[in-house]
Amino acid sequence: MALAWPTWRAVRVWQRNLAVFRKYSLPSLLGPSIGEPLLYLLGLGFGLGTLVGTVRGQRYVEFVAPGMVMSSAMFAAAYECTYGAYVRMMHQRTYEAIITTPLSLEDVVAGDVLWGASKGTFNGTVMLTVVSLFGLAHSPWTLALPVILALLSLLFASLSLVVAALARSFEFFNYYLTLVITPMFLFCGVFFPVESLPRWAQMMAKFLPLTYAVEASRALMQGRPSFDVLLPLLWIVPPLLAAFLLAARLVRRRLIH
Amino acid sequence: MSQPAVTASRLTKRFGDLVAVDEIDFELEVGECFGFLGPNGAGKTTTVRMIHAVTPITAGDLVVLGLRVDREPAAIKRRLGVVPQEENLDPDLTPWENLLVFARYFDIPRVEARRRAAEFLEFVGLTPRAGSPLDELSGGMKRRLLIARALLNQPELLVLDEPTTGLDPQARHLVWQRLRTLKAQGVTQVLTTHYMEEAARLCDRVALMHAGRILRQGRPADLVRAEIGEDVIEIRGDEALHRAALALVDGRTLGREQTGDTLYLYCADGRALLPTLSGLRPPHLLHRPAGLEDLFLKVAGHSLQE
Ligand SMILES: Nc1ncnc2c1ncn2[C@@H]1O[C@H](COP(=O)(O)OP(=O)(O)OP(=O)(O)O)[C@@H](O)[C@H]1O
Ligand SMILES: [Mg+2]
Repeated sequence: MALAWPTWRAVRVWQRNLAVFRKYSLPSLLGPSIGEPLLYLLGLGFGLGTLVGTVRGQRYVEFVAPGMVMSSAMFAAAYECTYGAYVRMMHQRTYEAIITTPLSLEDVVAGDVLWGASKGTFNGTVMLTVVSLFGLAHSPWTLALPVILALLSLLFASLSLVVAALARSFEFFNYYLTLVITPMFLFCGVFFPVESLPRWAQMMAKFLPLTYAVEASRALMQGRPSFDVLLPLLWIVPPLLAAFLLAARLVRRRLIH
Repeated sequence: MSQPAVTASRLTKRFGDLVAVDEIDFELEVGECFGFLGPNGAGKTTTVRMIHAVTPITAGDLVVLGLRVDREPAAIKRRLGVVPQEENLDPDLTPWENLLVFARYFDIPRVEARRRAAEFLEFVGLTPRAGSPLDELSGGMKRRLLIARALLNQPELLVLDEPTTGLDPQARHLVWQRLRTLKAQGVTQVLTTHYMEEAARLCDRVALMHAGRILRQGRPADLVRAEIGEDVIEIRGDEALHRAALALVDGRTLGREQTGDTLYLYCADGRALLPTLSGLRPPHLLHRPAGLEDLFLKVAGHSLQE
């Protein structure tokens, strides 16, 4: 079955999700996607920080902060486009309802990805604000971080929707979160410099898009932007497009017979 | 003659090896109400889902409102209202919010959307429940809300897949009344149903489906007269009683059907036969006008036995 390109109508799906979200905004805000990274930041940054001292000349809490901001976006996008999207796709038949209107299934997929990415970007920005209030941001370049957050969130929203389209139950998401998301959280330079990994693991980390987002945001927050750290962000784009197209294809295969 | 609202020729749908819809032909005129009848799995839902351009067709041609379903689904869906067989409302939103969110998919401006939401909630008798959490609505209320939702874009063609299944008699009559009102306003309707009474009351024409094929198609009254006759006499009893009855009326009926303990005699004038049968003193005898139900039992019953 031919794949159509999404249109601006995808915004209608985004608006629908916002209407639902507004009724339940408080619990989802305090939920795992912001609360958890915040706890990590406080516990590890300030707690472990007293043992570690400095990393690359930064206080440990300053070193960890950009990674926490980035990973909060990753988690939020991942939760929204796995659990959230799966409920809409399979349990509530929201996708089916919407495609009886002028919207195509690709519009719905694009709308859900945009929504997941918005939540990621929003959560990351809230984290960024908190981090700044702790006095951990030292440069006006910090204001550029939401762009990276948006790019990263789009990637993880698309990737997670691929997983949702394949999932047979919620159980499936545990594997994804444990085997894909958590390793990124641990090995992409959030908690320690990638260079301190063994050589083979460093090579692996080079393939993980979060690595580039963390490096770039760390450099920006310190006020030393350079092409060397910003250009690699472009590596996020190809997997993002591939994941989106795959998600659209898999959702179509799942729902349209 | 205006062009038909829907034209299907040799329309076919396969799911893998299963032929769900098998080269069917039908045409819907603008302004009429057309009904698909048939047992579970006959292919009714598959057919109407192809009409509203959600299920892709496998073969044949299907033109809806002058547009081909495989070429211009969005343009078709803009002008259609759909009540699906399985409820798919937004459970997190109230009825009012459900309608406003749905109106946006059709680019209906906010003020107009509010006006229509209020109008159609009233139309299906849900105004008092406009702000209730959805899980506090009964099944019948949800089906009525689905109908209100299908009307938001003021459709030219309304597709209703079992619109009254699960409704209490009062709600069912309300829905029938509303569908007749819409028809009077010129809205073409295609529906599926398991209720012969519903088909007889609402549909100008029906198609009787079985195993993906249309076995009979036409005006309900014409079909019944042609296949069954005017009257039916039902006799309940044992095999011996049935045989005795058949011997008495031999040659004077148009046909007969036997399901379990009941013998159905189809005839042109039932009253004339009653004196003949009175000597039998059957424990249960009913004389009534023939209806779609008889046609359904005869046609679908025979197909099931094949
Ligand atoms: N997505 C699908 N994949 C495979 N087979 C399907 C699918 N949808 C329907 N079928 C099959 O197609 C046939 C027709 O199904 P359909 O839902 O159209 O029947 P129906 O007449 O609407 O029945 P009911 O009265 O139970 O609603 C059935 O054999 C059904 O199992
Ligand atoms: Mg059906």
